[in-house]
Amino acid sequence: MLEARQLSIRFGGLRAVQDVSLTVPQGKIAALIGPNGAGKSTLFGLVSGFLKPDEGSVALLGRNITGLAPHAICRLGMARTFQIVQPFAEQSVRENIAVGAHLREPDRGRALARAEQVAQQVGLGAQLDRLASSLTISGRKRLELARALATQPRLLLLDEVLAGLNPQEVAEMIPVIRGLRDAGVTVFMIEHVMQAVMHLAEYVWVIAQGELIAQGLPEQVTSDARVIEAYLGHGTAQRLALEQRSTAHA
Amino acid sequence: MERAHEARGRVAGMRQLALIAAFAVAVALLPLFVSSGFLLNLVIMTLYAALLGQAWNILGGFGGQFSFGHAVFFGTGAYAMAVLQTKFGLNAWLALPAALALGAAVGVLVGALSFRYGLKGSYFALVTLAFAEVFRILANNFQFTGAGVGIQIPLRDSAAEMQFASKAGFLYAMLALVTASLLVAWWLKRSRYGAWLQAVRDNEDSAAALGVNVFRVKLGAIAISGALMAAGGAFYLQYFRYIDPHIAYGPAISVEALLAAIVGGMGTVFGPLLGAAVLHVLGEATRGMLEHVPGVNLIVYGVLLVVIIMFLPRGIMGLFGKRA
Amino acid sequence: MLEISALRGGYGGVEVLRGLDLAIRAGEIVALLGSNGAGKSTLNNTVCGLQPAFGGSVAFEGRDITRAGYTAIVASGLIQVPEGRRVFPNLTVQENLALGAYLRGRPQRERNLERVFAIFPRLKERLAQRAGTLSGGEQQMLAIGRGLMAQPKLLILDEPSLGLSPILVEELFGLIGRLNREGLAILLVEQNVGQSLEIAHRAYVMEQGAIQFHGTPAELLANPDLKRTYLGL
Repeated sequence: MLEARQLSIRFGGLRAVQDVSLTVPQGKIAALIGPNGAGKSTLFGLVSGFLKPDEGSVALLGRNITGLAPHAICRLGMARTFQIVQPFAEQSVRENIAVGAHLREPDRGRALARAEQVAQQVGLGAQLDRLASSLTISGRKRLELARALATQPRLLLLDEVLAGLNPQEVAEMIPVIRGLRDAGVTVFMIEHVMQAVMHLAEYVWVIAQGELIAQGLPEQVTSDARVIEAYLGHGTAQRLALEQRSTAHA
Repeated sequence: MERAHEARGRVAGMRQLALIAAFAVAVALLPLFVSSGFLLNLVIMTLYAALLGQAWNILGGFGGQFSFGHAVFFGTGAYAMAVLQTKFGLNAWLALPAALALGAAVGVLVGALSFRYGLKGSYFALVTLAFAEVFRILANNFQFTGAGVGIQIPLRDSAAEMQFASKAGFLYAMLALVTASLLVAWWLKRSRYGAWLQAVRDNEDSAAALGVNVFRVKLGAIAISGALMAAGGAFYLQYFRYIDPHIAYGPAISVEALLAAIVGGMGTVFGPLLGAAVLHVLGEATRGMLEHVPGVNLIVYGVLLVVIIMFLPRGIMGLFGKRA
Repeated sequence: MLEISALRGGYGGVEVLRGLDLAIRAGEIVALLGSNGAGKSTLNNTVCGLQPAFGGSVAFEGRDITRAGYTAIVASGLIQVPEGRRVFPNLTVQENLALGAYLRGRPQRERNLERVFAIFPRLKERLAQRAGTLSGGEQQMLAIGRGLMAQPKLLILDEPSLGLSPILVEELFGLIGRLNREGLAILLVEQNVGQSLEIAHRAYVMEQGAIQFHGTPAELLANPDLKRTYLGL
């Protein structure tokens, strides 16, 4: 689905992303984890057209998209959300999502109708006429997701879509994301909420200081010593291992 | 549920169209009941301010790009009309589309340069101001535009030359332009392009991530805005029959445009019209009461602008709750 | 140390806090949990004088601060590290930290700066860097460091673990424990229920502007309904 080859970018003297290559498999949920400042959002920016790589290339469904503008990449089937949610604040939830729907639907009435459908899909059906600025953080995260979804993407980049949600809200979002995969959308997510990564991700990459340090199945990656040192910490690693064992026995 | 919302949307849209039609009809009937030159002039100047405001509103209110130099389009329209008539002998009605096209072209020029380099907010505002100044200086220095003396078009008093013998004629012309501008705003509220434009206003990055070609959308807005503003300039020339660099490209016009839009309500269909009406009525009323104080209407405009921004940031339309 | 009684507050005409009671004793870590939109940040802002209270009272070290201005509240040692970091992006790390001591703690500024560097060595490495260019985790450290510069008697931490990697979250909770052992009272508002309950002495659960539960972490975990609601999976 998405192929990044030897991507690199520097900001001044800082090598934010260095020689990163990965392939996101079609139809699966994949995760990108790593410490803060490791280059995760930078990588998303490179892949979605908001940043131009100094070196390397990006291909979507076999087509070279390196250097294309974000809106062009969106048209080709890749949509993204932002780590810090950016709703169209003074517009309603319906109008927000309709902007996404309009990518494929020129008619206003049909775009608004499609917006309503997508809102139901992510659980915002009851809030359609509310102003985006009046939503709680959980609602805004769903709105980010809904907007991107309305563009009918083949690949969806989710940037920390679960940050700021309490455990119950996370539990509610997990089936929504799984539902996207089941509907045929490939999902590539940046996440710190490890419970979600373990439950959702079918493949994980770990990036630290701009470089990939590990990749593989969630269980493999979370027991990798380098990953534990750089990112998970021993407490979390132990907790995850315990959960693994209990679900394995269950 | 889907049907209900769609139906509600259509009804609201029809209601606004009906309102626009009612307004147009009401003003069109005015000359039948009012013969006072003073009152007719007041209505004409209010409509004129409404047109300027709506032109600014397209780019500023709907597009979120605040311009301090909208005079650059106004003056282009006025000078185009003047030069085409006096130097090329073109009929005013034929010169009008050229003036509009030129206004749009200048819009594309200013927009392409500004937006290409990512100018936003205060930077964009100052650059538009600079453009207006540059054009003013150019107009002031070329004989082609009459240099400092400006251009005066001869009195024709004939509808065929777009100079109407009675004020009513000018009223209808102005009304047509204002109605057209209201329809443009109405269209922005319920079209895909309008949704894209308002998305760009509210958050450019999000809009880009949703497939909106931000550069092209902004360029479209400034072209439409430029054309409407140029129409205002063309009308000014036909009504007053004289234009000079200061009138055409000076800051007064730029301020007048944004004033009506901000006071009335940015990003709304009727905002600039309401703003123009309130400003002019208040201006005339205070001028009547305080005749001996020169420029009192300007003081009123200033105070009103401050009061609106402090207490009614959504403008007068904000009093009506919903964003119309 | 902090006594909140029947506090009511909100925005504009909307009442968000509906008669809230909460107390923090000296040397305690108190966890405040609840879903988004429950009013936790409103509570923090009202207590710190950033928003006016509609009714009820707040007392800090025995003195009524319900109507006090936020400068007076900061001066008395009640310091908030707000949600979302809120560092000054165009100022350097050093300038951000120095501003923390603007109103309170100025005489001991140099000593406190050294202390903050001892706790957050990464900040010392980035002293002259603009705060806006730091990563999320580094900004969070900076925000807490800035709060510490004011020599707080009570520190309110609003979602400090937001957006931090697991290892940083561990460091953070370790830090909170250390600060508390040195005598600092802490009100911890958090989504990370599990780790908050591990270090808190007492916990409050807030829903729709009022306290639904109050007790020790053990009591909270023993309640199956609360456990399901707040620990999800």
